[in-house]
Amino acid sequence: MSFFKRLKEKLMGSSAEEEKVQETDLKTNVEADSDVDLDDVKQEEIKESVEEIIEVIEEVEQPQEETIENTSNVEETMPAPVIEESADKKPSAWSITQKFKMGLAKTRDSFTSKVNDLVARYRKVDEDFFEELEELLLQADVGFETVMELMDKLRFEVQRKNIKDTEGIQAIISEKLVEIYEAGEENITELNMQPNGELTVILFVGVNGVGKTTTIGKLAHRLKSEGKSVVLAAGDTFRAGAIDQLQVWGDRVGCEVIKQSEGSDPAAVIYDAIAAAKKRGADVLICDTAGRLQNKVNLMKELEKVHRVISREIPDAPHEVLLALDATTGQNALVQAQTFKEATNVTGIVLTKLDGTAKGGIVLAIRNKLHIPVKFVGLGEKMDDLQPFDAERYVYGLFAEGLEKELEKLDD
Amino acid sequence: MAFEGLAERLQGTIQKIKGKGKVSEQDVKEMMREVRLALIEADVNLKVVKEFVKKVSERAVGVEVMKSLTPGQQVIKIVQDELVALMGGEQSPINFNNKPPTVIMMVGLQGAGKTTTTGKLANVLRKKYNRKPLLVAADIYRPAAIQQLQTLGKQLSIPVFALGNDVSPVEIARQALEQAKEEHHDVVIIDTAGRLHIDEQLMDELKNIKALKEPDEVFLVVDAMTGQDAVNVAQSFNETVGITGVVLTKLDGDTRGGAALSIRAVTDKPIKYVGMGEKMDALEPFHPDRMASRILGMGDVLSLIEKAQANVDMEKAKELEEKFMSQSFTFDDFIEQLQALKKMGPLDELLKMLPGANKIKGLDNVKVDEKQMGRIEAIIYSMTPAEKTNPDIINSSRKKRIATGSGTSIQEVNRLLKQFEDMKKMMKQMTGMAQGKGKKKMKLPGLDSLFK
Repeated sequence: MSFFKRLKEKLMGSSAEEEKVQETDLKTNVEADSDVDLDDVKQEEIKESVEEIIEVIEEVEQPQEETIENTSNVEETMPAPVIEESADKKPSAWSITQKFKMGLAKTRDSFTSKVNDLVARYRKVDEDFFEELEELLLQADVGFETVMELMDKLRFEVQRKNIKDTEGIQAIISEKLVEIYEAGEENITELNMQPNGELTVILFVGVNGVGKTTTIGKLAHRLKSEGKSVVLAAGDTFRAGAIDQLQVWGDRVGCEVIKQSEGSDPAAVIYDAIAAAKKRGADVLICDTAGRLQNKVNLMKELEKVHRVISREIPDAPHEVLLALDATTGQNALVQAQTFKEATNVTGIVLTKLDGTAKGGIVLAIRNKLHIPVKFVGLGEKMDDLQPFDAERYVYGLFAEGLEKELEKLDD
Repeated sequence: MAFEGLAERLQGTIQKIKGKGKVSEQDVKEMMREVRLALIEADVNLKVVKEFVKKVSERAVGVEVMKSLTPGQQVIKIVQDELVALMGGEQSPINFNNKPPTVIMMVGLQGAGKTTTTGKLANVLRKKYNRKPLLVAADIYRPAAIQQLQTLGKQLSIPVFALGNDVSPVEIARQALEQAKEEHHDVVIIDTAGRLHIDEQLMDELKNIKALKEPDEVFLVVDAMTGQDAVNVAQSFNETVGITGVVLTKLDGDTRGGAALSIRAVTDKPIKYVGMGEKMDALEPFHPDRMASRILGMGDVLSLIEKAQANVDMEKAKELEEKFMSQSFTFDDFIEQLQALKKMGPLDELLKMLPGANKIKGLDNVKVDEKQMGRIEAIIYSMTPAEKTNPDIINSSRKKRIATGSGTSIQEVNRLLKQFEDMKKMMKQMTGMAQGKGKKKMKLPGLDSLFK
């Protein structure tokens, strides 16, 4: 299986846009002969993929030219494409195939001229380079403290390995960022599902307007396509239209929504929903709650009560408490995560609206400080726009795209 | 409180400079480092921060500061001036069309709070401006968005124009404008769907709605918690659709709200309103000057006064002021004041508005005990009229009776008596200070000590 096909599968699962990728696939299948195994060590993977991409680009650009010339070209341009990778690999993580293709085309168009600039600009890893990187990360909402931590680690690493030029530096940045993110823990994106025949309860919490209800719809779809029977509980009894919104999602996905009228006690709704889900022998119950700002003491108490009711009905439940976090949110997200964790023992984060230009870099600090992992990312408004979180790919996107933009500016 | 972290940070450095006779270049540098850090942590966009720090540094270092008599104050003033300038100077009202209907478009990202704000805005227009708004449900994409607006309309008894999910938003807007004319609505508020600023197709839709009839206001609704991306969002919306103002929502959270500064800086459009809660009356005008004062830790005294004025009988207030001055303040007045205070809203929020209140340790976590107020009331109600006017006559047997009568203990009675004495003392000082200024009459000295 070709690298691109694997990448595509990783990125998309099975999606409607498949044919588009197929095109790319065919091209690359014909032209790129090396198979890259994704299960290989990640470091290697990035490097290898770079090499492969270069090959592809070279070959696309100059298909008639002789192979010997190509090879020499590759060698010449090696340092730059490490950065250039952002053009063809990274944006794809965000809006997947389309960008992937476009990026490739863009690269093809301005490849040679750009490469020269790149090399000229970033031949050395010096203070300027660090400063630029620092700014990029700050603008991805990573937060001052985390950025400083990374910079210290990077400087040390660069010194230790005596790295002078930018070749391979991106891989090191990624590695260090992932290190900060994981903070020595395993990376868990799997949901804590109960064995067959037992009910798994998933509770959604978060501030207003982050996309809880939409994410529930998408998650329900995901679980359903895995063959699970899903019941939804309309626990947002406060916001106008929230119950209807969940009902629409329920109809779309094809699962039952347990609801009461607007203004009723959310804990009561959830209580009913647990009973109903048990009675129907459902595999998963997903509970919606009203959005609330974390500094509203009474509303947080209400949430604690909902949590209590669930635990009382089913010991160990809720098996997952997912905090929906808007990727556009800045440093306040850390406070959100902390307060919601105190109230409901949050087990994971769903980073929503990642299809925009915001990066949600604060999740690094959240994981590092509060040990809450990101489990899913939301990439759009459609049913299948919910993807498992991939730390390596995510951290790469935090700076790669920005680095490319900076360079584009230099080109002008 | 919004911007709290920023205020704290700045206060720390300002305090250092305050104590000095002169400000060296080094001091300014140090202070600017703090300012920079604080602003970044408050989610102000990096580029905006740089610009700001540069401007302030330029003004602060050198002649201007050196010549001034109190250099510390000078620096504070520069920081404040620049903050106010950055946030838009004066407060700006809504532009109404001379020829009704006035058309207002609400645009923004998903989940910013457009629909809720639409409802709140309609409420303000009706209540404060005496208008007759028509709400237009043009969000056909998000499930149940139309129902949400209809529910709000029902709550407020304001009509909502909707054609369901199958008609294009442009057509909905067109028909709504016609209906507004027929039914003589003088304001039309169009609630559009949330969209990403990079979604060209949906951004075109906004342009098409706009092309129907040039709106008098296009409000970009932005979540106050937005981080660095606020700049991109505001810029894109401004460039493609052309916004006229900004509504900052969810400012009742504990975010520092740096987005406010960022958006202002890149779009140059005023922030007109801020959302302060989920209820339909929780939309307040944005006061750049006050926000800047708040950033600098000077408290939000003006907002507090306004709140007090809305709830307190002016004549009574005047009477009270005279009593402060003449030292004839009694327990009867005290209880009256307590009740007026209760009407103003949750106490902890009021407390936070007082200058310096954010420096009182642990105030963030203090949940002002409204029950404690009840006990205070009970104690006072258990006093005889003579005791209320002249607390000095309360001896130990009277205390015992009061405690029994109010269901409290002698210690609690003692504490209240002591606090009352302290309060009177402080009032004496305050009124001395406030003479001629007049505005301080609404302040409640010693209030914080009551709830400790």
